[in-house]
Amino acid sequence: MSSKISAEELKQEMLKKYPAKVARKREKQIIVNQHVGEFEGRPTAPPIAVNSRTIPGILSMRGCAYAGCKGVVLGPTRDIVHIVHGPIGCSFYAWLTRRNQTRPESLNDPNYMNYCFSTDMQEQDIIYGGEKKLRAAIEEAIAIFHPKALDIFSTCPVGLIGDDVHAVAREMEAKYPDVNIFAFSCEGYKGVSQSAGHHIANNKVFTDVVGLGDMRKPGKFRMNLLGEYNIGGDSFELDRIFLKCGLTLQATFSGNSTYEEFASSHTVDLNLVMCHRSINYMADMMERKYGIPWFKVNFIGAAATAKSLRHIAAYYDDAELTARVEQVIAEEMPAVLESQAKYRPRCEGKTAVMFLGGSRAHHYQDLFSELGMVTVSAGYEFAHRDDYEGRHVLPDIKVDADSRNIEELHVLPDPELYQQRLTEDDKAALKAKGILMNGYEGLMPEMAEGTLIIDDLNHHEAEVLIEKLKPAIFCAGIKEKYVIQKSGVPLKQLHNYDYSGPYAGFQGAVNFYQEIDRMVNATPFGLVKAPWQELDAASA
Amino acid sequence: MRKVAIYGKGGIGKSTTTQNTVAGLAEMGKKVMVVGCDPKADSTRLLLGGLHQETVLDTLREEGEDVALDDIRKVGYRNVVCVESGGPEPGVGCAGRGIITSINLLEQLGAYEPAGSLDYVFYDVLGDVVCGGFAMPIRDGKAEEIYIVCSGEMMAMYAANNICKGIMKFAQGGKVRLGGIICNSRNVDNESAMIAEFAKRLGTQMIHFVPRDNMVQRAEINRKTVIEFDPAHVQADEYRSLAQKIDANQMFVIPTPIHTDELEKLLIDFGIAS
Repeated sequence: MSSKISAEELKQEMLKKYPAKVARKREKQIIVNQHVGEFEGRPTAPPIAVNSRTIPGILSMRGCAYAGCKGVVLGPTRDIVHIVHGPIGCSFYAWLTRRNQTRPESLNDPNYMNYCFSTDMQEQDIIYGGEKKLRAAIEEAIAIFHPKALDIFSTCPVGLIGDDVHAVAREMEAKYPDVNIFAFSCEGYKGVSQSAGHHIANNKVFTDVVGLGDMRKPGKFRMNLLGEYNIGGDSFELDRIFLKCGLTLQATFSGNSTYEEFASSHTVDLNLVMCHRSINYMADMMERKYGIPWFKVNFIGAAATAKSLRHIAAYYDDAELTARVEQVIAEEMPAVLESQAKYRPRCEGKTAVMFLGGSRAHHYQDLFSELGMVTVSAGYEFAHRDDYEGRHVLPDIKVDADSRNIEELHVLPDPELYQQRLTEDDKAALKAKGILMNGYEGLMPEMAEGTLIIDDLNHHEAEVLIEKLKPAIFCAGIKEKYVIQKSGVPLKQLHNYDYSGPYAGFQGAVNFYQEIDRMVNATPFGLVKAPWQELDAASA
Repeated sequence: MRKVAIYGKGGIGKSTTTQNTVAGLAEMGKKVMVVGCDPKADSTRLLLGGLHQETVLDTLREEGEDVALDDIRKVGYRNVVCVESGGPEPGVGCAGRGIITSINLLEQLGAYEPAGSLDYVFYDVLGDVVCGGFAMPIRDGKAEEIYIVCSGEMMAMYAANNICKGIMKFAQGGKVRLGGIICNSRNVDNESAMIAEFAKRLGTQMIHFVPRDNMVQRAEINRKTVIEFDPAHVQADEYRSLAQKIDANQMFVIPTPIHTDELEKLLIDFGIAS
């Protein structure tokens, strides 16, 4: 670490403000990264106590189950009418705030993303129940839009008063059989973070949508991309690359996606997993039911993109595809390297800290390292141990009551559609090529020893980090942005990319280099003095 | 104006006891209002000679913001003012929230004004204090004295003890006090002595022992209180007596709920378990 303070000292500095009980809990969630052992040739990390309740009173970065279900997983789908059953605020403040972009194929194709559908629950609906209003909202939406599918998201009061949204969905679907209507019990208070909402979303889309369609996009190498949400146009850049490589993207969960793509996503031969935390359930369930293998990819960073493309080619084991992928990489890399040559010397050696969701805090380290920047501290908002330590710890994860409250589906092979694509020997052969089927190495084994891993970072700890580490850039979200920037450290939002993007793929990497150079080499914070700093100068 | 709330286990006879007692107070010349806090809206049936049709919540739902007091207030036996909160069908929505909304609306509309126009307001509240909504009448000084209707049956005493826990919680930060236990007899052995002892343990009094009499049911079938239906009957005198005791009551306490073990021991000591 470039700073003078050690990670352990930094940790103690954070803990010393806490009451004993809080400190006892946080010390298990703030871990000095070490590579303590080895698993299949990769280092292993010490256990971290994550995915547990935030201590009341702490200013957490976390969101709620509704945010995870509607905001993250389903929100980016453009032609499903997403009705939020609840008071208007839950809809209004989730309306187009995530910057997931979409591009209908023609002007005639439906796109409901600009709309904000809500039942606008009032006090009367709380007292008398909101089901009637929900039915009326569905009737109205179907009359106006005639969508192929319509889904319902439950907010907190719906769970408190016990509206049966699933019964309403069934009833309305019986009335409108050509509209697929399904509901999510994703009340905000469920689980310990938005992670619960991801799981709820995965389950329902799997049981009520996947497998219903037969729209097969043409192509020899057909695959889905799971956990890519098209923030700032990332999916567009990846679409461009896949097209160039001759890869057919059947469905993306869920950036720039449509209902029909979801419904027929079971027809592919490979699932690629980007955001492991939000979508690994879907990958696992599709493998069990349809026999579709999956592996983890990362398209954040040019080198990571090239590596992921090579893994795809190796999976299909086709000489023509391999040659084409190599040709694409060869075509794309010169512009990337030219940009690196320009920006790397300006950024080299600077430090970053990153506290994001469930995968980005890992993925973006690749991009920073391409600029010669070091990530000195990182953590997730809502990840589980497998995201930190790697999936090999899955059997050791203690399932607590909060997790047990979220339904775990028992999936069996489909008697007709299950098709085994890989034998154990095939998997072993792929492993020899560096492709870990059903695997994810996790954040900690890939970060340097002596870095500080912090789960569910809060404002107090962020302030200590800034004071002691003085990072060149802080990556988090809108809730943190202005608090951090008041300390004179630029904050890059990596949930919504501020107003920029894409950052995925090759062109995305170039965008990112420019953006980070602009931020870490801008000096406005150094040019102004706070009133007390001027007083100090005067009295000195 | 004295603000009284009646609580007790479901089916114990809260509405019947309340209306008969209110009839007694009205007979004494007191000006009384009864607010039914039960979604079934049957707390004022005996005073009105039939079910109240315009509940606060139904009216609020139909009229929107524009609710007039006269829409929801009905005048019954001896000018007793009757109001029903109303609420959702069983199994739907949130009745507790309904009661909160309804009581707030009554205040905003000035249902208790002008000052001095009422001697008593009675809140007749559904069953146990199952959630925050049903505790509304004892919060924020809405009701200041509570009477719990109880019998010598174990579950009725158990419920009364639980209600005391609720009262204790709100009493410590507010004005609400327990005025006593009304024993609505179920002809349990040693009932009067046991409830008197139970009340003592709770730090309060058994304010009156109402004997069981089929006259109550007869009057009820005729949609009347006993005092109205058969003013000369002995049971009418029991309710008159309860009304007088409440009117003269000076004993208002923060209850001291007892442990379940102690409650069970009480039942054993008074011979029910043997």
